[in-house]
Amino acid sequence: MMIINIAGLALIALIVWWFWLYKPKEAELGENDLVITVENGTYSPSRIKVPAGAPFEIKFMRKDQSPCSETLLIPELQISDTLPLNKLKTIQLPAMSSGEYAFHCQMQMYRGQITVK
Amino acid sequence: MSSTNTESGNPSCHEGTETGQHHHHHVPGGSAVSQELMIEGAGCASCVGKIESALKAIPGVENAEMNFAQRTVSVFGSAPAEQLIKAVEGAGYNAKISLADNEDDALAEKEKADWAYYKRLMREMTIALSLGVPLMIYSIVVGEMTVTSTGERIAWLAVGLLTLGVMVFSGKHFYVGAWQSFKNHSANMDTLIALGTGTAWVYSMVVVFVPHLVPEMARHVYFEATAMIIGLIDLGLALELKARGRTSEAIKRLIGLQAKTARVIRDDKELDIAIEQVLLNDVVRVRPGEKIPVDGEVVEGHTAIDESMLTGEPMPVEKATGDTVAAGTINKSGSILFKATRVGKDTALAQIINMVKRAQNSKPPIGRLADVISAYFVPVVMIIAVVSALTWLNFGPEPAVAFAIVSATTVLIIACPCALGLATPMSVMVGVGKAAEAGVLIRNGEALQTASKITAMILDKTGTITLGAPKVTDVLVAGEYDEQAVLRLAATLESGSEHPLAMAIVESAQERGIETGKVSNFNAIAGHGVQAEVDGKTLLFGNEKLMRERTIELGDFVEMAQALAAEAKTPMYFAVDNKLAAIIAVADPIKEDSIAAIKRLQHNGIRVVMLTGDNRATAKAVAKKAGIKEFFAEVLPEEKSKKVQELQMEGEVVGMTGDGINDAPALAIANVGFAIGTGTDVAIESADITLMRGSLHGLADAIAVSKATLRNIKQNLFGAFIYNVAGVPFAAGVLYPFFGLLLSPVIAGAAMAFSSLTVVTNANRLRFFKAQEH
Repeated sequence: MMIINIAGLALIALIVWWFWLYKPKEAELGENDLVITVENGTYSPSRIKVPAGAPFEIKFMRKDQSPCSETLLIPELQISDTLPLNKLKTIQLPAMSSGEYAFHCQMQMYRGQITVK
Repeated sequence: MSSTNTESGNPSCHEGTETGQHHHHHVPGGSAVSQELMIEGAGCASCVGKIESALKAIPGVENAEMNFAQRTVSVFGSAPAEQLIKAVEGAGYNAKISLADNEDDALAEKEKADWAYYKRLMREMTIALSLGVPLMIYSIVVGEMTVTSTGERIAWLAVGLLTLGVMVFSGKHFYVGAWQSFKNHSANMDTLIALGTGTAWVYSMVVVFVPHLVPEMARHVYFEATAMIIGLIDLGLALELKARGRTSEAIKRLIGLQAKTARVIRDDKELDIAIEQVLLNDVVRVRPGEKIPVDGEVVEGHTAIDESMLTGEPMPVEKATGDTVAAGTINKSGSILFKATRVGKDTALAQIINMVKRAQNSKPPIGRLADVISAYFVPVVMIIAVVSALTWLNFGPEPAVAFAIVSATTVLIIACPCALGLATPMSVMVGVGKAAEAGVLIRNGEALQTASKITAMILDKTGTITLGAPKVTDVLVAGEYDEQAVLRLAATLESGSEHPLAMAIVESAQERGIETGKVSNFNAIAGHGVQAEVDGKTLLFGNEKLMRERTIELGDFVEMAQALAAEAKTPMYFAVDNKLAAIIAVADPIKEDSIAAIKRLQHNGIRVVMLTGDNRATAKAVAKKAGIKEFFAEVLPEEKSKKVQELQMEGEVVGMTGDGINDAPALAIANVGFAIGTGTDVAIESADITLMRGSLHGLADAIAVSKATLRNIKQNLFGAFIYNVAGVPFAAGVLYPFFGLLLSPVIAGAAMAFSSLTVVTNANRLRFFKAQEH
C-alpha cells in the first residue's frame, strides 16, 4: 500500500512537472519560413522565439479537422483569425516589445507561446 | 471605468488582424504605393524570378516580391494594375488583384470539410455504440461483469480485442491527439478521454490475463465503458459540429451579399468579369434587380437602391449622379453607371464582414475567468483522478481496486474542459451576428458586455436626434409678396452660398420647382447675413441686428420671430429694397422615429441626456419635443467629453452617441461610444458600436442584444460549471460514504458528450432574439 501511495504522489509530481514546470525548447523564427502546423490537438512547434521591435509574419497550416482548431487568438495583440483547413494562413504580427504572448484556440485547448526577446 | 476605444482603436492592432493579405512590407525607395496580385499557374519556384523580373521591367515599378507559398506578389511603385496584370500574362501566368480571401469559396470549402468530418464521426460513433450498447445491456441484465472461469476469460478476451478494435477505429484521434499534446507538454480534452478509456480497458485486460493480481471481488471488466464513452463523445462532437454551423449564419448571410461578377466598361466595351478583377475607377453598369458589385459613385442614370441588408433601413434609397452606392445592396428600378471608388476588401461590406468576424472571435471580460480555469483544467483533473484513486485504495471498502479504477475513470471523463471554454465564444458569435443583422456593428466583446450595463445615454442633438439637415419650415410674408416670389428671390440670393441655412432655402425652392435667377453684387456681412442684387432689386437677408442697422421697419414680425425661435426654429429676416418682405424660418427636424426610440431607452430605465452646441431656447424646444428631460446646451465641441466625465463621476455607466467624426473624443471617453451613420458611408472603426442606419432604435436594439447575449453567456457558464466542476467531486465518489452512490463512467461519458452540445445549443437560442420596436 505504501508503495502504491508513493507511486501515486510521484505521478502527481510528474504531472505538475511535465505540464507546468517543464519548458520545451523554443523554435526560432527564421527567414519567414516558419510554419506552425495545427494537427492532432496541438500546435507544432508550440513555442516560438522572435526578436523584439520588428513586425513579422507567422504561417499556420491547419491539418486538424476539429472545429476547435479553427480559430486562432492572440489576445494581447487583439488578433483573432480563422485558419482554413489544409491551407497556409499568414498572420501578420506588429512589432512587439519583449515578453511572452500566448496564442491559442477559442477554448485554450490548443496552446502556444511567442517569446519576444 | 475607461472605454475600450482608445486601446482597440490602435490602427496597428487592427492591421494585424487583417485577413493576412494586406502586407506592410518595407518599401524600397520610400514609395508607399503597393499592390498585391494573386498569381495562377505558377507551379515551380523558378517561376518566381520570371514573374518578378517581368513586373520590375514596367516603368514606375520599384520592386516586386513574390510569395511563392501564397502565390501572391507584392508590387511597389506607381504602375496601374492593368499593366501589371498584362506583364504577368506576358510571362505566361494569370494574375488578378488580390482580395480579401475569397470568402465564398472559403466558406464552401469549410462546409465541405465539416460535412466530411461529420460523416466520419457518425460512422465512428455507429461502430463504437454497436459494441458498447449490447455490452451495456448485458451488464445491466447480469449485473457486474466478472471474470471467474477460464471460459469467461476467453470470452472476455475476445470482447477486449473487439474493444481494442473500436478504440483504434473510432477513437484513434483521441489517442493520437493525447500523445501529440503530451509530447508538447500540454494536455487537452483528448488527454482526458484517452486516459479515462485507456485506464478502463487496461484494467479490464489485466483482469482477463492475470486475474490473480487483482483481488477476487474486484475482477470486473469495463469494456462497455470504453466503447460507450468513445461512441458518445463522437456523437457529441458530431452534433456540436452541426450546431456550430448555425452559429455563423449571420456572417454567411453577409458574405452571401457579395456579387460574384461585375459588368464593367473598358475601351467602350461591356465586359462581365469576376468581382476580384474590378479595378479602381472602372465604370460599372448595374441593371435593375442586380447587386451592386463594389462601392462607387453614380455617374449616369438614377434608381432606387435597397440598402436594407447593410443598414436595416427598409425603404429603398433614391440615387442619382454623384450619389454613392455600396457593394452588396440591390438596384431596384433603374439602370445606372457608376465609377468604382472602393474595391476588394476596401468596400464597406468587406469591412463590415471583417469587423463582424473579428468581433465574433473576441471575448468579453466575463469569459476571462473561464479561460483561466480551462487553461489549468486538464492537469488539475488528472491530479484529482490520482488523488481520488489513492483515497479509494487507502480508505475505500472492498473491492477497493475496482472502486479506485471506476472513480478515476469517471473523474477523467466527466471533466470536459470544452463546455467551459465554449460558453462565452459561442454566445458572442451569435449575439454579434444577430446585432449585425439589425444594422448594429459591435466592435468587440468588451463593448458588448459594457453596453449591457449602460445606465445613462448622452445623445448629440444635431444629426443624432435630428436629421442634421436644416429645412425651411415657415415662410411668413409681409406686404404684397407671396411665398413663391419670396422663395425665388431668396433662393437666387443664396444660390452662391454654402452655409447650411442657405442650402436649406435653395433646396426648398428646388422642391417647389422654382427657377432661380441671376445674382450680382453679392456681399456677405460677417455674422449678420448677406446682401445682393437680383432683378435690379436690393435684397437683404439676415438677423434682426442687420435689419435694425439698416433701419428696416419690423413691426409685429419681431414677436412672430420670437415665437418661431421658441419652437427650435431659426428665423431670418428677408428685405427687398429696404422693406421687410418675409421671415423665413429654418429648422433641423427631429427624425421621425427618434421620439419612439428615446421612449424605448427611458422605458428600459436609461437616463437620456441631450447635448448640443445650440442656444438654450432651441435646445429646450428640441428636448421637449423629443421627450428628453435633461439637456446640456451651448456646449463647445471640446467640452463634450467633459460632460461625459461629469455623468461618469455621478456613477453612471455612460453611453455616448454622436456622428463619430466631430464627437470622437467624447465617444472615446464614454464607457461605450456609439457612432451613428446614415447609410453606408460610416467610419466603422471610429466607435465601440456603430449604428448603420440613422435611427436611434439601433441604440435600444444594441443594448437589448447585449443584455440578451450576456444573459446567455451566464447561463452557459453556469451550465458548464455544473457539468464540469460540480460533476468532478460527484464522480470521485464524495457521495458514496453518505448515500452509497457512485457515478458510472458511461453516464459521465454521456454528460461530457452533451455538455458542449448544450452550450452550443443554448447559444443558438439567441438566433431567435428579436429587438422590440414600438
